[in-house]
Amino acid sequence: MKKRPGIASMTAVYRRELLSYLTTPTAYVFVAVFLFAIGLFTFQIGGFFEARRADLSSFFAFHPWIFMVFLPAVAMRLWAEESRSGAIELLMTLPAPTWSLVVGKFLAAWTIAAAALLLTTPLWITVNLLGSPDNAAIFTAYLASLLMAGAYIAIGSAMSSITQAQIVAFVLAVLVAFLLTALGLPLVLDFFNEFVPGAVAEAIARFSILYHFDAAQRGVVEFRSVFYFISLIALCLGFTALAVDARRGG
Amino acid sequence: MLLQVDGLRKTFGRRVAVDGIGFALDVGEIVGFLGPNGAGKTTTMRMIAGYLEPDEGSAKIFNIDVAQDRRRAQERVGYLPEGAPLYGEMTPWSFLRFVAETRGMTREAARHAVRRAAQDARLGDSIDRPIETLSKGYRRRVGLAAALLHDPMLLILDEPTDGLDPNQRHAVRDLIKRLGEERGLIISTHSLEEVEAVCTRAIIIDQGRIIVDKTPAALRDEHGSLERAFAALTRGEERV
Repeated sequence: MKKRPGIASMTAVYRRELLSYLTTPTAYVFVAVFLFAIGLFTFQIGGFFEARRADLSSFFAFHPWIFMVFLPAVAMRLWAEESRSGAIELLMTLPAPTWSLVVGKFLAAWTIAAAALLLTTPLWITVNLLGSPDNAAIFTAYLASLLMAGAYIAIGSAMSSITQAQIVAFVLAVLVAFLLTALGLPLVLDFFNEFVPGAVAEAIARFSILYHFDAAQRGVVEFRSVFYFISLIALCLGFTALAVDARRGG
Repeated sequence: MLLQVDGLRKTFGRRVAVDGIGFALDVGEIVGFLGPNGAGKTTTMRMIAGYLEPDEGSAKIFNIDVAQDRRRAQERVGYLPEGAPLYGEMTPWSFLRFVAETRGMTREAARHAVRRAAQDARLGDSIDRPIETLSKGYRRRVGLAAALLHDPMLLILDEPTDGLDPNQRHAVRDLIKRLGEERGLIISTHSLEEVEAVCTRAIIIDQGRIIVDKTPAALRDEHGSLERAFAALTRGEERV
């Protein structure tokens, strides 16, 4: 009995990619740096203790900014390394639909992001020891953060599919991620407000990651924000699949 | 017909890599692609294997057009890319399992297929060591095993004996001959001796075109030796 071809190849690619993350030191280094950075921001800049509040707002507030750099680093190798090593030729001569390769790789990188987030949960336990936070809100914020992480990884995957150099993929992904995140900053909005009517500036802001993460990190899940992140992931993965398939054209 | 290739053409920018290649291949045939570097051998093989799409023309495997119905055609092809690129951090065992499962085999079928292919390609006891620590010849055989996993009717092997020592080369040639009894094979090589040893047909490609399609014996009769045939028929200069 054969399994459904797309699902079987997606699972195989996912497992291989995850194994590759776990058998090379880079993923561990990235996760360690992420944990260090999030700790530094939460305690030093966010003033977790000084705020004297039992919540994680000073923790979640920095997620977009740290993900913006951390996740492109995790995703940069996904396709660039395949092209550089030539293994992509092997992959593309297997009878697997392109989407299964794209999604399998994406899910593996997303799993690394999920593991990194999971490793921050001692902080959640700590606030429960210090006071009585709104655990439902924190849980929601974690889910939103995971979804947002998926978007950053999908951006990284898309940029990785257009180059053979991991470092180029990384720089491009950080750039795109920064633009998409910062569109929602008051600083950027004020800048737009000078040139365009307020309604247009507001519309631009709605396309930003920050705008959609803002409500979620306070524990409010809005359907449109979930829709936004899922659309962004789908869009970037669609781009990746097109870029990978375009190779066949030479 | 196992493989029917008609008017294949591929350009990269302004460079014409393959310029109207056509031939047919039947079960029991082992075709050797010969030609100078840059002649279009690899590009032709890549189009048949479904890695590149032709600009014009078609390749049909059991009448399945590779460009139109890629995945169904690819299920029937085993392909060894030039240089046998692999994932260095994996072991041959886990790598072959990965290829088998990506091809849609169940775990049980994959385990069985890997064991058989590893035996055919003589992978021996290094099957649990990371690929990046293994010799070039061994890696080539891992790539060969990957091409054999699903027991395909058509095998396309781009320089299968490149980088092998004489003993390994001998073993791979024996394997190719054995596989060719019930399948169709295309191999590319720079070794004219190899063509004499294993191929039932020699196709000489130059500047993207087939200039000769004959048995090695016929070529030898006409020119005295395959070396002389090759030198007489292809441009002797280096192409970039």
